[in-house]
Amino acid sequence: MAASGPSTPYVANKPKDIPTAEALRARIPGWGVDLDPKDRPSFPREIYDPGSTGAHWDYPDEQPNREGRERSIEHGQLPPVFGTSAPLHGVSGSIRRYAYRYGEGRAAHWLLLLLGDRVDAWGAHVVSFATLRPDNPITETGVLSEGRRHGIASRFGKKRVDVNHQWIDPIVVGGPWVVAAAGAVLGGRAVVRRGKR
Amino acid sequence: MKAMVYRGPYKIRVEEKPMPRIEHPNDAIIKVTTAAICGSDLHLYHGLMPDTRIGHTFGHEFIGVVEEVGPSVQNLERGDRVMVPFNVYCGSCYYCARGLFSNCHNVNPNATAVGGIYGYSHTTGGYDGGQAEFVRVPFADVGPTIIPDWMDSEDAVLLTDALATGYFGAQLGDIVEGDTVVVFGAGPVGLYAAKSSWLMGAGRVIVIDHLEYRLEKARTFAQAETFNFAEYDDIIVEMKKTTDYLGADVVIDAVGAEADGNFIQQVTGTKLKLQGGSPIALNWAIDSVRKGGTVSVVGAYGPIFSAVKFGDALNKGLTLRMNQTPVKRQWPRLFEHIQNGYLKPNDIVTHRIPLADIAEGYHIFSAKLDNCIKPLIIANPS
Repeated sequence: MAASGPSTPYVANKPKDIPTAEALRARIPGWGVDLDPKDRPSFPREIYDPGSTGAHWDYPDEQPNREGRERSIEHGQLPPVFGTSAPLHGVSGSIRRYAYRYGEGRAAHWLLLLLGDRVDAWGAHVVSFATLRPDNPITETGVLSEGRRHGIASRFGKKRVDVNHQWIDPIVVGGPWVVAAAGAVLGGRAVVRRGKR
Repeated sequence: MKAMVYRGPYKIRVEEKPMPRIEHPNDAIIKVTTAAICGSDLHLYHGLMPDTRIGHTFGHEFIGVVEEVGPSVQNLERGDRVMVPFNVYCGSCYYCARGLFSNCHNVNPNATAVGGIYGYSHTTGGYDGGQAEFVRVPFADVGPTIIPDWMDSEDAVLLTDALATGYFGAQLGDIVEGDTVVVFGAGPVGLYAAKSSWLMGAGRVIVIDHLEYRLEKARTFAQAETFNFAEYDDIIVEMKKTTDYLGADVVIDAVGAEADGNFIQQVTGTKLKLQGGSPIALNWAIDSVRKGGTVSVVGAYGPIFSAVKFGDALNKGLTLRMNQTPVKRQWPRLFEHIQNGYLKPNDIVTHRIPLADIAEGYHIFSAKLDNCIKPLIIANPS
């Protein structure tokens, strides 16, 4: 026990080393200007005021081309407005469409979507090699900035804990390609051997 | 037009894409002048967010000039300089009518648990984002606001998410005069949350990170005390020591899904994608707040389950408060704070990168090279 006796939280008082409001106001420009919760814009959290949003409709016009748009089965209807960034297509689209048969509370929904993402990426990489602009892992990962932006000096001697796992990133990025290449080599050898028999 | 497009985890490039078009009577097409890369964009970039499709354009922090408006748009016209909140929202559904703009139910077919967000995968609605020369902005009469003449353009783009979210995070803490506030994460949102905590009357503000250059910014920009968790065996014990073993009154998680500090959580959460992110900062928040205290979460997490220490939260009687930020609700008060000189948002901008070099911008931000705190993307130099 300290000579001065028990301190908070073993007694009721708050910690003693908090500066006074006057000292804080002098040191921090604007200290306490939002001290009153009523001055805080999200207080209370819910304020019923539909006239304040700028909306001049009770229900928005429905965006056209709604047929086939995937939606969560937790929605009672297709919402009136939606994004059209990258419509479902191909094998990845089938996986994703299947994922939307599961509710958002089911792990299957999200894990199938992640699988669809990986299939989409692998397919896009393969297809890119049949185009005039194949995927380029050097430019697309931005890794050349390592030299221009002090990659080594930024990482080492800085006590950064993320350095402990950053070595995994190239494996995450390149690993599937190594596995695919190894599979192709092994498959090719098997075909050649079978042909020689 | 030129736009950043996703090509798979850790890979993006700039491509020619078709110009966005008016798809709904209240749409606008915005010519983007400045965008930003957000820490939460890195979750997409790292392949952590389900239903992130090849060809998708990221970017939910952007400002620009109105290029075209749909037939029902009343409040904007071609040539207006506008700032666009990261929320896509209708302004009229059950949630919007109550001010919960980030929880709009009329804009995201893909999920009911999250509203609409520009450039943030199909899980948030499938809208292309603003890291491009042009972007479609739905509900132009609801979200966008004309940038005041007095406002700096960089401040305007930071108001579209990072500043609004940091300020919102401090509000969620329900800070009362003299509270000790701990902020996990000295990235843009954490820095703004720390700064905002003072405005709400905090007595002590402590920022925790492992990147020393960001902690230095927390000391100079946010006048905060700082702790580098890499220097301590157990940062929770340090937080107890520095608060007389009480714990902080309020803790703000401004890190989210890619928190560092626990190798297993990092690998299972962000490398193997077996969790909706690595909830290290959230668990540390739960453990370092005092009993009966409040944990505010504004760091972004994915929709998959995460290994959160919920038993501690229960046993300590904590209040957990969180949401995506209803950005436009924050603006009038934040405009006042900027005009009064209490906040200078663009003090944290470290990099200004042309759209053509955005792949390197993502790598610099992701790998924390070159003392990067906040990178802006120059899409159409004005």
